[in-house]
Amino acid sequence: MRVIWVDGEPHKVDVEGDMPLLWVLRDEVGATGPKYGCGIAMCGACTVYVDDRPVRSCSLRIGDVAEGAKVTTIRGLGTPQALHAVQAAWIEHQVAQCGYCQPGQIMAAAALLHDKVAGKPPLSDADLDDHINHAMSANLCRCGTYMRIRAAIKSAAAKLQGQRP
Amino acid sequence: MSRAGTITRRLALLGAAGVAGGLVFGFYYTEPFRVNRRLGSGLQKGQHMLTPYVRIDRDGVTIITPRADLGQGAYSIQAALVAEELDIAWNDIKVDPGAPSSVYYNARVIREGLPVAATNGRLDSIAEIISDGVGRFLGLQLTGGSSTVADSCNKLRLAGAAAREVLLRAAETQTGIARDKLVTRDGAVIVPGGRALSYASLAEIAATIAVPTDVKLRDERDWRYLGKPMQRIDMVAKCTGTATFGIDIRLPGMVYATVCANPNLGGALRSYDDSLAAKARGVLKIVPVKGGVGVIADNTWRAFQAAKLIKFEWGKAPYPASSAAMFRKVKASFVPKRRDSRCKNEGDVDAALAGAKVIKAEYRVPYLAHAPLEPMNAVVQLKDGRLDIWTGTQIPAFLVKTAREMTGLAADDVHVHAQLCGGSFGRRLEDDYVRQGIELAMAYQGHPIKMTWTREEDMTHDFPRPLAVARMRGAAKDRQVDAYDLAIASPSVVASQFGRLSLSIPGPDMAIVAGAWDQPFRIPHYRVTGYRVPELVPVSSWRSVGASGNAFMHECFLDELIHAAGADPLQERRRLCSHGPSSEVLKAIGEMSDWGRDLGPNRGRGLAFTLSFGVPVAEVVEVTATPDGERRIITIDRVCVAAEVGKVLDPDNLKNQVEGAVIWALGHAMNAELTFADGKAVQTNYHQYEGMRLHQAPRIEVKALETTGLAHIRGIGEPAVPPAAPALANAIFAATGIRARRLPLISHDKIRFV
Repeated sequence: MRVIWVDGEPHKVDVEGDMPLLWVLRDEVGATGPKYGCGIAMCGACTVYVDDRPVRSCSLRIGDVAEGAKVTTIRGLGTPQALHAVQAAWIEHQVAQCGYCQPGQIMAAAALLHDKVAGKPPLSDADLDDHINHAMSANLCRCGTYMRIRAAIKSAAAKLQGQRP
Repeated sequence: MSRAGTITRRLALLGAAGVAGGLVFGFYYTEPFRVNRRLGSGLQKGQHMLTPYVRIDRDGVTIITPRADLGQGAYSIQAALVAEELDIAWNDIKVDPGAPSSVYYNARVIREGLPVAATNGRLDSIAEIISDGVGRFLGLQLTGGSSTVADSCNKLRLAGAAAREVLLRAAETQTGIARDKLVTRDGAVIVPGGRALSYASLAEIAATIAVPTDVKLRDERDWRYLGKPMQRIDMVAKCTGTATFGIDIRLPGMVYATVCANPNLGGALRSYDDSLAAKARGVLKIVPVKGGVGVIADNTWRAFQAAKLIKFEWGKAPYPASSAAMFRKVKASFVPKRRDSRCKNEGDVDAALAGAKVIKAEYRVPYLAHAPLEPMNAVVQLKDGRLDIWTGTQIPAFLVKTAREMTGLAADDVHVHAQLCGGSFGRRLEDDYVRQGIELAMAYQGHPIKMTWTREEDMTHDFPRPLAVARMRGAAKDRQVDAYDLAIASPSVVASQFGRLSLSIPGPDMAIVAGAWDQPFRIPHYRVTGYRVPELVPVSSWRSVGASGNAFMHECFLDELIHAAGADPLQERRRLCSHGPSSEVLKAIGEMSDWGRDLGPNRGRGLAFTLSFGVPVAEVVEVTATPDGERRIITIDRVCVAAEVGKVLDPDNLKNQVEGAVIWALGHAMNAELTFADGKAVQTNYHQYEGMRLHQAPRIEVKALETTGLAHIRGIGEPAVPPAAPALANAIFAATGIRARRLPLISHDKIRFV
């Protein structure tokens, strides 16, 4: 038995150490926000935070997650009633089509803005594009919503920097 | 003459089917409102169906959206069509895909398969009537062919208007105030003086009132939702992780499973040894299924792990083992006995080429996988003689038939609960994964079983877009394109796909030549011949179907002929164009793309045009080709798209669909192919089947034309796919002089992408 903290709640799970975090979350905890897409860290649909750092949960063994570590899924980032700035920007730009990759896209985007934008000096548009290219190109979207993802991140970045887009 | 089809023979055959199905002119408006026994029997206490698309109870109205939402926004647009007439507030809209029913037949999806070009005004309307008849006859509840909007636009507005009229009459009955003194607003009937009677409060009386058949629709000038950007009703849920896809279903007592089937598609399972897997942690039962084995466990990952421990001896595939051998079969099919259609034959091609300087080429396109990000899955439970299926599907009514055949259950004991789909692109027109789920449920009764494929199982068990080869000859005369002789050989999607549904479609397979035979160009000598390759790998519909590959072959070689003529690709297409709406699209693309403006060194611009699913689309791609030794590194800078759709219902969702279609088409054209070796698909995951990534995505500008109006409304999920690949290849030629005649483009040793 081990205890895993997911979106602020403790869950007791009885799993072998080599089970990927994704399947602990989805099948044992019942947290279905993170998605299974590839199982080999190629698509990013399973992205969650472990202690605020984005990880590919399909490729992280539960045994390698420290006891007491804090796991955040898309549902812990914000809720329909209390949206995270990135989620609000996603809705403003009507980004999603099928929506299956979007939990991972949004988690990656929120981490990018946390690292490079929030509380930092304003970035030029070109620098922000570079950061977006670097941070987001590992997240696959088969529907092709990339232009909207880029626009939504810029919109959220402008708000976080206190600028109007 | 062999299989070569003629229009009259084919129309006669399908016309007969239409009559047998009860095709009666003028019947259209009343029939969709009949609530049959099966729809009625699924209702809970207090629920009433005012029409098959409007359910009401004491909590309010639910709009039934029988077309699947695969990401294209089908739930939102179906809801908007009903809500516009029913008069309910956007934020109060609730949707339910409803139970499968022949009532929800698709009147439009067969249209694209008929040998009548959309440019043929007189026959086009007859083809639409035939499509309606066939759809009705077969009870064809199917999402596909970009048909949702065209099929739903009148039906759903009428359903909403009829339900509103019922509610008004219910209010008249309840209050004694004459119907013509009552109005509606945001889900309520308003009586003189302003008192509001909610629709919910009128439910019981409304259920007793006959549905009128002669309702009037709002004038489009009075539309409140339609024609304006709408907030998709699934957007908040999809951005907060609260949307439930098929793979996310959780039920009490649920167990988990996966299936390994023979990767030699259609081959038998000779034997297997599951002694190690049976002892693995969490395994509940190992079950043979058709062509493979299912592992039922207490966790999906444990099922995946146990399945890896099974040793299989697979039988061989019934098709040639390698892609090279399959392409040889395709090339051997350019013979009279394989001829399937010649529905375009203008002028005298042979005579025109006899004395001319003939340009020849051979093009090819590969198999392509659908690979939606949500792998195939189904939750199935067989308990006490009742079967429940929760899954993402484009064919819910066929699943009922499949389940009945497999289990022997009555229709009333089979319940299909259609789920949100994490992409599809045509994949969920197949029922293979659901059949496996049913087999598992029959072997392990009493529990819901969530069967999930690994990505590797999904990639290696697709029904891909077929491979194709085109051979063309052509000639220019007096600086104009004079002759174009195009022959395309490909396996038949229609025969493969409909065969699996136990349906046989007579006549030629227009998918073999779609996007080529039906283009609106008045080339003096112009011939398109389709050759049907005997089935190799089982194939299916892939976003935009035949046109997806044929447009590349048709439009790139047309570009070659135009260059040979010394003409301008846009001006020559405009000169040749014989169809008003298509001419408008070509005019628009010239303006929006600044056609003719110099782009500077190492840059190029390519144009392609395709009319598919009744929608003319022109696209211009701009690229930069950076020299890297012998190679050119291509950056796709900008894409312009002009399309004629009759009427735009949601401009923002249209733009999103076109952007997605362009990314889809360009990504696959750049780098994706499904190849076979030893009978098995070689590409097993996204590292070998990349598509486009965010850093490669261009700026995309979209212009939708509405010159033909609401009566000619069309869907836009697919038609922007076909012209993107040829526009890219033509742009690369313009920038580099390299003429790539094979997809994917990276198969050319000098072409790479940034």
